[in-house]
Amino acid sequence: MSSAQLEIQLIASLVAIACAIPGTFLVLRKMAMISDAISHSILPGIVVGFFITQDLNSPLLILLAALTGIITVVLVEYIQKTGLVKEDTAIGLVFPAMFSIGVILIAKNANDVHLDVDAVLLGELAFAPFDRLLIAGTDVGPKSLWVVGTILLITITLLILFFKELKISTFDKGLAASLGFSPAIIHYGLMSVSSITTVGAFDAVGAILVVALMIAPAAAAYLLTTDLKKMLALAIGFGIFSAIFGYWVAHWLDASIAGSITTVLGLVFLLVYLFAPSKGIIAVMYREKQQRTEVSLLTFLLHLKNHDEIEERHVNHLNEHINWQKVRAKTVLDLANKNNMIHIEDNIVSLTKKGDEFTSKAIDYIITNEDAQIEDMKDDFFLFRG
Amino acid sequence: MYTNKTLKAINLIEYIELVFTDYTLRTITLGTAILGAVTGMLGSFAVLRKQSLLGDAISHAALPGIAIAFLITGAKDSNTLLIGALISGLIGTFWIRGIVTKTHLKSDTALGLILSLFFGFGMLLLTFIQKQPNANQAGLDKYLFGQAATLVESDVWLMAIVTGVCFIVMLTFWKEFKILLFDADYAQTLGFNTKFIDILITTFIVLAIVLGLQTVGVVLMSAMLLAPAAAARQWTNSLSVMVLLAALFGAFSGVFGTAISASQDNLSTGPVIVLVAGVFVVFSFIFSPSRGLLFKQIRFIKNRRDLELHKTLAFMHHIAETHEDISHPHSIKLLNNFQGYTRSTLQKLVDKDYVQLDGNMWSLTKTGFDAAANLYTKQSTEDE
Repeated sequence: MSSAQLEIQLIASLVAIACAIPGTFLVLRKMAMISDAISHSILPGIVVGFFITQDLNSPLLILLAALTGIITVVLVEYIQKTGLVKEDTAIGLVFPAMFSIGVILIAKNANDVHLDVDAVLLGELAFAPFDRLLIAGTDVGPKSLWVVGTILLITITLLILFFKELKISTFDKGLAASLGFSPAIIHYGLMSVSSITTVGAFDAVGAILVVALMIAPAAAAYLLTTDLKKMLALAIGFGIFSAIFGYWVAHWLDASIAGSITTVLGLVFLLVYLFAPSKGIIAVMYREKQQRTEVSLLTFLLHLKNHDEIEERHVNHLNEHINWQKVRAKTVLDLANKNNMIHIEDNIVSLTKKGDEFTSKAIDYIITNEDAQIEDMKDDFFLFRG
Repeated sequence: MYTNKTLKAINLIEYIELVFTDYTLRTITLGTAILGAVTGMLGSFAVLRKQSLLGDAISHAALPGIAIAFLITGAKDSNTLLIGALISGLIGTFWIRGIVTKTHLKSDTALGLILSLFFGFGMLLLTFIQKQPNANQAGLDKYLFGQAATLVESDVWLMAIVTGVCFIVMLTFWKEFKILLFDADYAQTLGFNTKFIDILITTFIVLAIVLGLQTVGVVLMSAMLLAPAAAARQWTNSLSVMVLLAALFGAFSGVFGTAISASQDNLSTGPVIVLVAGVFVVFSFIFSPSRGLLFKQIRFIKNRRDLELHKTLAFMHHIAETHEDISHPHSIKLLNNFQGYTRSTLQKLVDKDYVQLDGNMWSLTKTGFDAAANLYTKQSTEDE
């Protein structure tokens, strides 16, 4: 592994961490699409900044571009406040307009600007190590490493300083306001950090990957935990893993590093989405299936409790009467049998004592809707776990 | 990016003549106009269904489809690529729906996820294709930012046919679309197959977006969907009028945008069309009679004036009540400490014949007294 490769992976990992932190809060605050809007609308800011500074890594350019990001947020909020369109429409209207202005600015000044829209959107991490930062003639490392490192340092400092405020205002705005932290300041603070991160990272990894690095690790982490600290840690972990693994995939395929990191992120999310223990799609479908069976069981037991007549309790009759398929009827009968709720004699089904008690309890619960009624049933039945 | 030098600095009439005679310009103008119309039409449904950002996600999600279609067929035929885009756009859409319905992730997270992940995967494939030695892959990246100049007549025909089909389906299912839009539960209780209608609308939205990719590109496509519809929404509360207006706004954005970008060097068509549509939106936001910001502000000021007038009148009534003769004159100085009072409101009251002025003294007239007495019992409409 050459030093350039090491530097690329280091930059990618730092960007992943710097994105995962604000990303987690954006996902929790249901503002994930704002990051997409910011990543597009910083373009005019970058172009204007580039006219002035002629250097993509200059701090002035980063500030100008971040300012455009904040202007976008303010504009979106202003349009939302007028109530003329729904909130997501406001986002959808503002950022393409800003992006168009950026594209036109570049096109009109194509001769003076060595700036490519592709480069802004997609970045080129492979070239990052060649742009060195020289201090008094000594090479201290790639410029983007310093830029991203500084941003990361600021983000982590802010996170540690304002963790409590961020946490409260994310989950309970009203409480945060009544405790005396202004939700507006936290909101715009978060927006500023997101803007600066996006701008600082676009040169290395491109604007779209910034969006992916903000949302995907946080979304995957959110499916695995409901603890904020764990979620942050998981998101950072997913980000770093995808950055490093994605780099090697790109190396192997000889393709865009940003694209490959995003693809790895996508695979990570897909795996979590499918297999997360309680919120993954397979767990959810399993639970839904169990609940369906248990609802059927309950219906079945209620039917038995209501009918003493022999003909109503015949196994075959149940098939016809409650209109169940054979398989489903068998599943329900087996489940009931296994739990000793019924016993079957000459194909006539009747409730056992346990089954009778269970049914009465369930009816009580349905009528009163009080959790206490079913506390001891929660362990065995998905239906009552809420 | 229409860089024909002869078009530079020509006047409007010549330009219009050129639209009819010049093949390229005619194709592009027609293409963007049709595209604007169909996206405006279908965008109305997206906006009203609160799926505004779905367009953004779909257009990004279409990218890997284009790349895979190219990898499989090796042909640059735009129809094949569009089918790839359509399939991958649909997969993205239904995955978004899966995430929203099956997990606790919210729709914004799902949209952002699919958008960035699909786009990144598409970029991976595109760069992978570019490194392939044999392929004639140049031009695939026009789908990123769109190049209206590459439109040919067959593309326009395709757009026209799809628009026609959309239009016919929309007319056939108009009632179903409408009821699903405003009250999905009610539609279901009436026995409509809401799932089918829902998939139908979504598929057409995806189709419209995919059609526009070649012209305005992945990034700006969502604005084509939203802007005309958002502008049209300001002028009407009727769905049919809104759809019609949105189609018109969209078509005009296309025509004007093409004209502006054709008359200047180095102006890409896509961004100009989006900015023209943006101008329509801003104009509608400000000047729409019932919802617009301007008239809202005017109404607000007028209401405040009326309120001040009422307050002054009520205050005078309060003073006059204490006297037997209601027209007993009082000093204007009395009013100076009172908030609702200004010279102009006083003059207005005189004009309405509620008050008489005599030097520094004012007195209520009979009509003024009655009006003030009735002020809070029944709203008199004359003062408004």
